[in-house]
Amino acid sequence: MHSRYEVVIGLEVHVQLTTKTKIFCGCSTAFGQQPNSQTCPVCLGLPGALPVLNQQVVEYAIRAGLATNCQIAPRSIFARKNYFYPDLPKGYQISQFELPITEHGWLDIDDAAGGKKRIGITRIHMEEDAGKLLHGGKSGSRVDLNRACTPLLEVVSEPDMRSADEAIEYLKQLHQIVVYLGICDGNLEEGSFRCDANVSLRPKGQVELGTRAELKNINSFRFIKQAIEYEVERQAELLDEGGKVVQETRLFDADTGVSRSMRGKEEAHDYRYFPDPDLVPLVVDEAWVERVRAELPEMPLVKRQRYVEQFELPDYDAGVLSAERGVAEYFEALVSLHPQPKVCSNWMMGEVMRALNDKEVAIADCPVSPELLAGLLGRIDDNTISNKMAKTVFEEIWQTGKTADQVIDEKGLKQVTDTGAIEAILDEIIAANQGQFEELKAGKDKLTGFFVGQVMKLSKGKANPGMVNQLIQKKLTE
Amino acid sequence: MSFSQMSIRQLQQALREGKTSAVELTRACLARIAATDGRVNAFVTVCDETALAAAAEADRQLAAGQAGPLTGIPIAVKDIFNTAGVRTSCGSRILENYIAPYDATAFAKLREQGAILLGKLNMDEFAMGSSNENSANGPVANPWDLERVPGGSSGGSAAALAAGQTFATLGTDTGGSIRQPASFCGVVGLKPTYGRVSRYGVIAYASSLDQVGPLAHFVEDAALMLGAIAGYDPADSTSVDCPVPDYLAGLDAGVKGMKIGLPREYFIEGLDPAIKQAVEAAIEVYRGLGAEIVEVSLPHTDYAVACYYLIAMAEASSNLARYDGVRYGVRQQAEGGLTGMYEQTRAAGFGDEVKRRIMLGTYALSSGYYDAYYLKAQKVRTLIREDFLKAFKEVDLLLTPVAPTAAFKLGEKTDDPLQMYLSDIFTIPVNLAGTCALSLPCGMDGQLPIGLQLIGQPFDEVRILQAAKAYEAETDWHKQRAPLD
Repeated sequence: MHSRYEVVIGLEVHVQLTTKTKIFCGCSTAFGQQPNSQTCPVCLGLPGALPVLNQQVVEYAIRAGLATNCQIAPRSIFARKNYFYPDLPKGYQISQFELPITEHGWLDIDDAAGGKKRIGITRIHMEEDAGKLLHGGKSGSRVDLNRACTPLLEVVSEPDMRSADEAIEYLKQLHQIVVYLGICDGNLEEGSFRCDANVSLRPKGQVELGTRAELKNINSFRFIKQAIEYEVERQAELLDEGGKVVQETRLFDADTGVSRSMRGKEEAHDYRYFPDPDLVPLVVDEAWVERVRAELPEMPLVKRQRYVEQFELPDYDAGVLSAERGVAEYFEALVSLHPQPKVCSNWMMGEVMRALNDKEVAIADCPVSPELLAGLLGRIDDNTISNKMAKTVFEEIWQTGKTADQVIDEKGLKQVTDTGAIEAILDEIIAANQGQFEELKAGKDKLTGFFVGQVMKLSKGKANPGMVNQLIQKKLTE
Repeated sequence: MSFSQMSIRQLQQALREGKTSAVELTRACLARIAATDGRVNAFVTVCDETALAAAAEADRQLAAGQAGPLTGIPIAVKDIFNTAGVRTSCGSRILENYIAPYDATAFAKLREQGAILLGKLNMDEFAMGSSNENSANGPVANPWDLERVPGGSSGGSAAALAAGQTFATLGTDTGGSIRQPASFCGVVGLKPTYGRVSRYGVIAYASSLDQVGPLAHFVEDAALMLGAIAGYDPADSTSVDCPVPDYLAGLDAGVKGMKIGLPREYFIEGLDPAIKQAVEAAIEVYRGLGAEIVEVSLPHTDYAVACYYLIAMAEASSNLARYDGVRYGVRQQAEGGLTGMYEQTRAAGFGDEVKRRIMLGTYALSSGYYDAYYLKAQKVRTLIREDFLKAFKEVDLLLTPVAPTAAFKLGEKTDDPLQMYLSDIFTIPVNLAGTCALSLPCGMDGQLPIGLQLIGQPFDEVRILQAAKAYEAETDWHKQRAPLD
């Protein structure tokens, strides 16, 4: 389609951190509270109030930096970004500008050709969020400052992506990392992970970048893809017609699938950044960085590789089991109790995930704990119940929270392994179906299934199917 | 009982001995305010009722033997300190109705130690000025000569003392705003080292320069007040976590063997002859007391005023952005939606000098000008600080005039901002260097007091207080009182 142009995309992602308190005061960051109930002189921007940096935010920023291969700055500076807006109580946002906490990182994403592509991360810096405006109503707009001063990381990429798909790959990996690190809840709808995309086109082979448009605040992976694709189309048409792309900020409307200009270059703010004199330079020593590094969880890509090597799982299984930290933790707990990785993997990707999806339950809240599930798998292993029966038992454990042994006992589901009892049932069936038994003897093998089925039916599923098979063979040779 | 020559410690003793009461002291102050403030205009808010109620409570505590270090002492604070429940207008129309929900740390400490708040003191709007003429509450008159300015921006804090309305006050000093009015009004004013006293709850003018300090009649009172307000505050990231010495303990140690430096750049042509004479006489007093006097150089002094105004205005332009009419303060209803409301609110709410500084500061930070102005000013600031640190390798403290002249006439410099800015030429470098200095009375130019500035090493307030006390013990300037009946 636009084979004449190369697409260039850089992304800025705002990651809202899950600290209990705000970045510069002690107010709670809980979502969905009464407007302005979680405020104090600092986050209201009252005269004379001063910010004090939340150490936890620094810790989270270091985590994010290390997980994205960035260098942690031994000394960084907070700066004021000055502009007027009613949701910005001080008339400036405290952010970082010239010396951010971490810079020069990268992530490797899967590219379309099945290989890996490295996307540069320019910087990750800490900043405070603004409040929210509630529009409408007779009295005009209202301001809710509960969100003001909640901590954000801004992750700025290099313009290294060449398609909407690459942009999505990068975003999904970044999203997975921040959730894995336990620093962000990853909720796109509530705005915990917000993306701005800088998109430009240039004729293939040209080195210098084309003029870019910035797409603001898009809150789902699907919309980001749509917005970028729309923008690529729009710019290509403009260029094809001999027009020029103007530098501007555009707002994407998910309902119409169209973006419109919000402000041009002339209206762009001059933010008058300067170091915030209310905060001293942030010093992060080597020991702090090393402590955070030592406490970092294993990252998903490393985990996936390890599952393939250590547990000999197929890459697909390893990918599914490592994609979410909660799932991986569940899996690892399960394997440690029931050291048959493939069996564990099958159960997790089968029954466990199916039930979680059907019932819309998060893995952390799964009523069947790894301990309960391991107990169940143990009963399959020692032939107490069949695999099929185990699914029924799983359901019961989910409902009641009882152990597999309790459920099996109470419901009398213990598999019958008493040869005499099974043989008696089998004899009864052979007697009632002499004709079929003769045909089987004559070599009509598929009738084996019929006899097994009849035994299972009569035993209410409790007979051990393997044992039934053996007994049938014995009868045939008698 | 006459209190006008009594130090805070003497008042405390009188209170403990029952020779007076907190209520009597407070009544005396309120009466003096009522009698004189129509002419001086030092107070913007007088807390008659709450002050008397607090005094009665102080007397109960005194009677029960539970008195704190300041119990029953009436004080007043500049209207830049947030005081929960009492209006804090910062000399501005934009905050004329503003009542803070919390106390500034420095004021809270005084209150906790038993001090009684008489009221809030007049000041230049947002502490921007050197004459206290830039106040929405009208100018303050100098009690020594009502046609003259008291200095600024803590003009009310100095004039209230000179008028005998209170025993100690708090001011703030960004470029001389405690020392210059102290000098003009013949009282002691101390600007502590940056970081020594918490700025939390003090309305910001220029955050990297602002510092809280006491004004008082006597050096000993200033030392006592500093001890009461100094110390690390977790709510102010720029306050410094180092121990607070007992400022009273070594106050009488004298200056024998102390090395005092005279920066030659401060003894320039054009220094008013009366000032020169008074400061030279003070130098002789110190020589007589056994101090060694040497000349030193602070070579970057000439750049201090320009450097200061760039940094202070840049920070101010950002600090004052919060006064937008959205959440508190006076909002102007206007056509033109949000932008119209912002423009009208700020146009009507701020005075001319504040607007001038916001505009200049905004310009200095603007894209394309930042490096030439703000960044260069920060580099010069580093050089000025290094000048001081180098000088302090040779001497224990520095001695200079506080201001080039004694108090000037009301209106004399209002049309000439540059002349006004130059009245802080000897005080500004201290703020840029972030160190401490005090002003104490050292002579008279006719009927007008002259101030002597002692500049100390960072966090070495002890030594300048000792040196000031030694001078005070040798002279009578601090005993003079303004002829205000």
